[in-house]
Amino acid sequence: MAKIKTTSESIEVMKTYKLFIGGAFPRTESGRFYPLRNSSDKLIANVCLSSRKDFRNAVVAARKAQGGWGAKSAYNRSQIIYRIAEMLQQKKELFVKEMKELGYTDKRAQQEFSASVDYLVHYAGWCDKYVQVFSSVNPVASSHFNFSVPEPTGVVAAFASNKSALLGFLEAFIPAICGGNTTIVLASEELPTCAITMAEVLATSDVPGGTVNVLTGNRTELLDHFASHMDVNAFVIWDAESADSIAIGQYASENVKRIKFYKSEASAVESPQRIMDLQEIKTTWHPVESISGAGSGY
Amino acid sequence: MAKTKKEISWDLSPAPESTGHATIDKRYDLFIDGKFVPPSTKKYFKTINPATEESLSEIALAGEKDVDKAVKAARKAYDTTWSKISAAERGKYIYRIARLIQERAREFAVIESLDGGKPIRESRDVDVPLAAAHFFYHAGWADKLDYAFANSSPTSIGVVGQIIPWNFPLLMAAWKLAPALACGNTVVLKPAETTSLTALKLAELIRDAGLPDGVVNIITGAGETGKALVNHDDVDKIAFTGSTEVGKMIRRSLAGTSTRLTLELGGKAANIVFEDAAIDQAVEGIVNGIYFNQGHVCCAGSRLFVEENVANEVIRKLKHRMNQLIVGDPMDKNTDVGAINSKGQLHTIEKYLKAGEKDGFEMYQSQVAVPKKGYWCRPTLFTNVSQSSVISKEEIFGPVLAMQTFRTIDEVIDKANNTPYGLSAGVWTDKGSKIFNLTSRLKAGIVWANTFNKFDPTSPFGGYKESGFGREGGIHGLSAYLNLQG
Repeated sequence: MAKIKTTSESIEVMKTYKLFIGGAFPRTESGRFYPLRNSSDKLIANVCLSSRKDFRNAVVAARKAQGGWGAKSAYNRSQIIYRIAEMLQQKKELFVKEMKELGYTDKRAQQEFSASVDYLVHYAGWCDKYVQVFSSVNPVASSHFNFSVPEPTGVVAAFASNKSALLGFLEAFIPAICGGNTTIVLASEELPTCAITMAEVLATSDVPGGTVNVLTGNRTELLDHFASHMDVNAFVIWDAESADSIAIGQYASENVKRIKFYKSEASAVESPQRIMDLQEIKTTWHPVESISGAGSGY
Repeated sequence: MAKTKKEISWDLSPAPESTGHATIDKRYDLFIDGKFVPPSTKKYFKTINPATEESLSEIALAGEKDVDKAVKAARKAYDTTWSKISAAERGKYIYRIARLIQERAREFAVIESLDGGKPIRESRDVDVPLAAAHFFYHAGWADKLDYAFANSSPTSIGVVGQIIPWNFPLLMAAWKLAPALACGNTVVLKPAETTSLTALKLAELIRDAGLPDGVVNIITGAGETGKALVNHDDVDKIAFTGSTEVGKMIRRSLAGTSTRLTLELGGKAANIVFEDAAIDQAVEGIVNGIYFNQGHVCCAGSRLFVEENVANEVIRKLKHRMNQLIVGDPMDKNTDVGAINSKGQLHTIEKYLKAGEKDGFEMYQSQVAVPKKGYWCRPTLFTNVSQSSVISKEEIFGPVLAMQTFRTIDEVIDKANNTPYGLSAGVWTDKGSKIFNLTSRLKAGIVWANTFNKFDPTSPFGGYKESGFGREGGIHGLSAYLNLQG
């Protein structure tokens, strides 16, 4: 084996944390940033301070991707979300290191990482099951075949919780994409780096570009844009300030946007209800022929 | 020899339903805490027969104080009786309501047609039997909710405020009350101001059924009364059916509160006819889709899309069929299209007819005679309308159909989905795989394939997008009236 020349004081290459829109990693169009520092004031990263325009671009990407993602077979979506878990699992060291930079203890970082992988595996399994659990064939009194199935609401915008770096980020959009929606997620302002690294995981997990779009920046600044955008069908807000909930409700009424407020708990909620929160029930009717019906039960 | 040619009339003879059996009081008070009580406003408003413009009765106008009284009665009933009795007993009360409606079906049908203007055949065959069916279906759910929502420990919400429209007065009351009661909630219901009568008759019936006082309260009035109910801070949930505009206002005024909300709002449904459809049946479906109940239907098939090569045939047959529709006396059993519900609504419809003509679209109205008195609109068809015109974008809520043609499936799906609404849609084709392609890609809560405007208590109803959120009917409708864990 050829000998590789190294210097003992090799300078570490630092990563530029960028946004994730339409499967690409652009910087914010605004050129703005905010410095993220650790507890000893060392710069971790200059994080993109996303603008309204970035959000609008992300909505365009999400809308474009929705038809394809929503039309994938449930089995395929299930495998892709399982693939995310596989890709995440092998990057354990990286994520634990990033969480520790953000102030996590080693133990807490390890725990959150494992919980995040488990969370993905749990929801991967729901993709091809929730439709069965929540569908119905309805025994109407007329001569019709009638059934109801859940379908994706469409484009879902989300504010991830500020309380955790990785698991909170996943909770903001995994139930949405399990259900065939596409999403735009604003990562935690204080803990954004894991979200961007997670976007790199998504980019290599067969998740089609535009299915998940990740922005970093400031909630207050983007709140009215997230809540009022006319081509966003639902808005998920984790750990909202109560004052924000009034503004969100008012803006969201403009296009009868579905809004869901969630509070983060000690451990992630694993429930198909979170998928169903971002679904619409569609009921289909078709006549059943009833000419010359044979009377026998055979 | 001169022969006198005798004219033979093929018109149907009048077949009026007798109104003698229905009793309408001169004046109706508010139904609060099990009793009819006069309103604090001391005001009453007239309710008229839109087919004759004659006054039928006077209805109490509920003010804020009355709304408060009704909510308090509902709260007391929730705390002291309705949440205490067993679910099975709750169900038995609701079964009683269903049976009493069936017993008094004829009376309800007559009053519904007198007060709202809809043909008696429709009140008799659709509205009233379906209202009874809704109570009957939901009654049975009361003690079976744990099976409907596994691992979710369903519990009642509390006091529910419900606001309903004038197009299906009794049926909407049933859609709202039956699931709310079955799920263990108490209710304050406000009917629309032009059609309060059957809701008040229902109040009498609920009293006869022996429901504990305050479980159902019915207060009458217009927008201000509804507003007071929405903004009352002891109401746990609001369920509203009506216009998208008002729905958005309600959403706005509840922003930041913990009050739960479901909205069933407007629509502008696409009804799509392919060349391989059974054309005669499709024409029947088009007629039923838009002229049923004078087009006062949120899920009406008001946008017709016809595949280009059968467009002329469809138009010809449709015009022929439109001319067979009898417009007139709602009490006549032969009537197909009754009276427009109110003067205000007639003005709205006429405004759209003018807008359509002004945009230069070809307007066809059926050549039938309409009575001189009352509010009437002949079945109307606009052909060659553009996708961006007012009449193909906005909900008219009248017997007005806007037709476009199409060439490809992708084109028609794009056009059909290109609307902020998403309540219903219709597809007419003989090809099964095409049906499922369409029904899975149309963004609408109800898709009727080779049929239209069918309703059933077991079948969830409600829209996508700006047509609202939440469902009514079926297992999915129950969740609108329950708190679920997880």
